Amino acid sequence: MSGRALRRHLASRAMTAVVVVLSFTAVLALLLILGDLVLKGASSIDWAFFTKSPVPAGQSGGGVANAIVGTGIIVGLAALIGVPIGVAAGLYLAEYGSGRLGFVVRFIADVLNGTPSIVVGIVAWTFIVRPTHGYSALAGSVALAILMIPMLARTTEEMVRLVPHSLREAALALGYPRWRTSLKIVARTALGGIVTGCLVGIARIAGETAPLLFTALGNLNFSVDITQPMQSLSLQIYVYATGPFEEWHRLAWASALVLMGLVLIISITARWVTRQRYGRIR
Amino acid sequence: MVASANTRLRLEAAHLTALFGQHRAVRDVSLLFPAHVVTAIIGPSGCGKSTLLRCLNRMHELTPGASVQGDVLLDNVNIYADDVSPIELRRRIGMVFQRPTPFPTMSISDNVAAGLRVNGRQKSSDVDDAVARALQQAALWDEVKDRLHTSALALSGGQQQRLCIARAVAPQPEILLLDEPTASLDPAGTQRIEELCHALKRLYTIVIVTHNMQQAARVSDYTAFMYLGSLIEVGKTNELFTKPKVEQTEAYITGRFG
Repeated sequence: MSGRALRRHLASRAMTAVVVVLSFTAVLALLLILGDLVLKGASSIDWAFFTKSPVPAGQSGGGVANAIVGTGIIVGLAALIGVPIGVAAGLYLAEYGSGRLGFVVRFIADVLNGTPSIVVGIVAWTFIVRPTHGYSALAGSVALAILMIPMLARTTEEMVRLVPHSLREAALALGYPRWRTSLKIVARTALGGIVTGCLVGIARIAGETAPLLFTALGNLNFSVDITQPMQSLSLQIYVYATGPFEEWHRLAWASALVLMGLVLIISITARWVTRQRYGRIR
Repeated sequence: MVASANTRLRLEAAHLTALFGQHRAVRDVSLLFPAHVVTAIIGPSGCGKSTLLRCLNRMHELTPGASVQGDVLLDNVNIYADDVSPIELRRRIGMVFQRPTPFPTMSISDNVAAGLRVNGRQKSSDVDDAVARALQQAALWDEVKDRLHTSALALSGGQQQRLCIARAVAPQPEILLLDEPTASLDPAGTQRIEELCHALKRLYTIVIVTHNMQQAARVSDYTAFMYLGSLIEVGKTNELFTKPKVEQTEAYITGRFG
């Protein structure tokens, strides 16, 4: 091997090594978080953890059933509000949003995307909690939906734009009205990507704490009434982790592990949906 | 005049000019497309032949900034008149594009039925019959009859293009517009599509755009030659290719430019 070839070879090896180390560092954060959570939280997870509500401070035992169910209700309701609006806005932006209104909507979505989530919480407090004189799960859901809508609008827009223009033309040439082309052909073709976007959005808001602080508030008792304060896993972690009791800290770790697992499951489902359907867009 | 006395006039472009913004892609073209014959439009890339075709079913106007001047008459009705719905019109005029465009989320059968369903014809036995008939017309039936409910994307390129022809003819249009339908196909696939043109002209008036002169010579009864947006010459295909009247036509078909 000549000197020059050797030098190239060594440089290539060195750069590869650098890239591998840096990539591993990026993954390391996730592994450390997961590992720490499993170490400190897994031992506290038992049947009671999922089925029982919290016991009064200082006592041992009890679970976070109220928070798990609460997260499900609050996030589910937020998705129910946010998904239709976000997806419809994205479809509008991609299919009809080339004019001035489209520009304005896109700009607002981008600004909203960058808004700190605690600000969104304050907005929900101002417009829902204060007029109704009470904290409620519904207010929390609205706050989360507001966070979710711009995210979904932009991902939906991108997914719909990936659909080849030739498919639109083919449908229009068959005598499809424009709206039916958008729904039956374009949105249908992009559905895999849109569903993935929705799942990623849901995973993102499932872990939000700040918007729920002034809205859903938290509730140490089991409640499914959306007009009343409700507990969520993130709020539970916030309260328990900052509390003085060893028992609370233990439950906070376990709750964090459950929340992380929940988000991971949603993300993996999103990946799976992508693989199943997305490859079909050519 | 290319229409002889015994062929019923179907479609006519009258002083048609098509614009992209200020650019005139088609310039004052007047051309008859007689019923139940194949008319080929040839010319070099960018001569406006595809744009002319897209004016015939009002697809041109869907491009932002595009506009049309002049008339297109279908059975003596101007399709650009205010009371003509482009959606209804496109149901009467089928179109097939350069590249196959099967709907990726639909099965073979649903692809063919797409144009029928949008017409509001819903009775499933009727749709099944129409799908079978369309696939037979497109010479695809024997290859797909056992897998009508599988994805259309599993078909080869040539099969996909015939599927698109089946989809275009399923609603029983009166006119079929083919925009370089063999541009992305291999010779075997090309030959099948050309054979189809011969078979289908019994049922439909066909307009085919092609940059392949041999193809025009093989499939068409009449040929129109366009250059720089203008119609240079139109005539019976065998006459245009053997005894062109205009020098530019001769230069093009003998390969001196284009």
